[in-house]
Amino acid sequence: MRHLLRRLRGLLFRTLPHMISCREFEEFVLDYLDGELAPPQRKTFDSHVRLCPECRVYLEAYEVSRALGEAVCREDEDAPPEDAPESLVTAILAARRRPDDT
Amino acid sequence: MTPETGTAERELIDALRAGSDEAAETLVRQEAPRLLRVARRFLVDEAQAEDAVQEAFLAAFRSLDTFRGDAPLAAWLRRIVVNVCLKQIRARAADPVDLAGLLPSFDATGCRIEPLRDAPAAPDVLLERREVRDLVRSSIDALPDTHRTALLLRDIEGYSTREAAELLGITEGALRVRLHRARAALKTLLEPVLGPHRDEER
Repeated sequence: MRHLLRRLRGLLFRTLPHMISCREFEEFVLDYLDGELAPPQRKTFDSHVRLCPECRVYLEAYEVSRALGEAVCREDEDAPPEDAPESLVTAILAARRRPDDT
Repeated sequence: MTPETGTAERELIDALRAGSDEAAETLVRQEAPRLLRVARRFLVDEAQAEDAVQEAFLAAFRSLDTFRGDAPLAAWLRRIVVNVCLKQIRARAADPVDLAGLLPSFDATGCRIEPLRDAPAAPDVLLERREVRDLVRSSIDALPDTHRTALLLRDIEGYSTREAAELLGITEGALRVRLHRARAALKTLLEPVLGPHRDEER
């Protein structure tokens, strides 16, 4: 049933004016999130999201994943830094004193 | 040096330029932990990350005269370590760019094949769970080098598309393709924590 509905929607997206397929939608995702779509493209993108549950679900998950990646890295940045391994500190300072490294 | 540079930092830089061992040690102890975190994200391998941090400090000590102070010392060091990491990645045997199964799929009519689910919880709610944070970290690490670097440069280090493309020696178009694929792959890897599919609930 899902399969059939998808085929119908695919047909619809290809025949309706100002409509794009999911494959074309995919190419717009990055520009959309960067706010770089021109108004007419943006309108086309928005109508596709409204009509296509698969792309809606995909876009939500894509945005949440990106936010999760950023948030985890930010959290790591904000955590109090542990000391650098003593062996690393020693190695850097020793290498600095070697004439060929300065 | 600009007024941006604080007095303590200016004194540290002066001492470093004068060749002070003590100042060098202060700088290393102060900045190495943060730089190591950055290097770990790019290189994943702990030993290589430490090598990168060491190389970055040595490069910084050599080029202290070129430090103009229009950005904080920490930011200057961070750019250096990112560059060293990218150099190390370029020197690695090219990793097989295998994103098979991680990129979106479409049927013959160009329609997306995507299991339906309710909207995922907000990121800050999801992040309350430790296993989510662990999965996010391991998923970024699991991306192929070429894609992880594009993602880290643009989404984490905050470089523009143009700057990131220049750093990687690729076109802006190629950078955008890599970034998009990296995010799409990350989304697939994070599926287990984004909420159940509706089909599975029945």
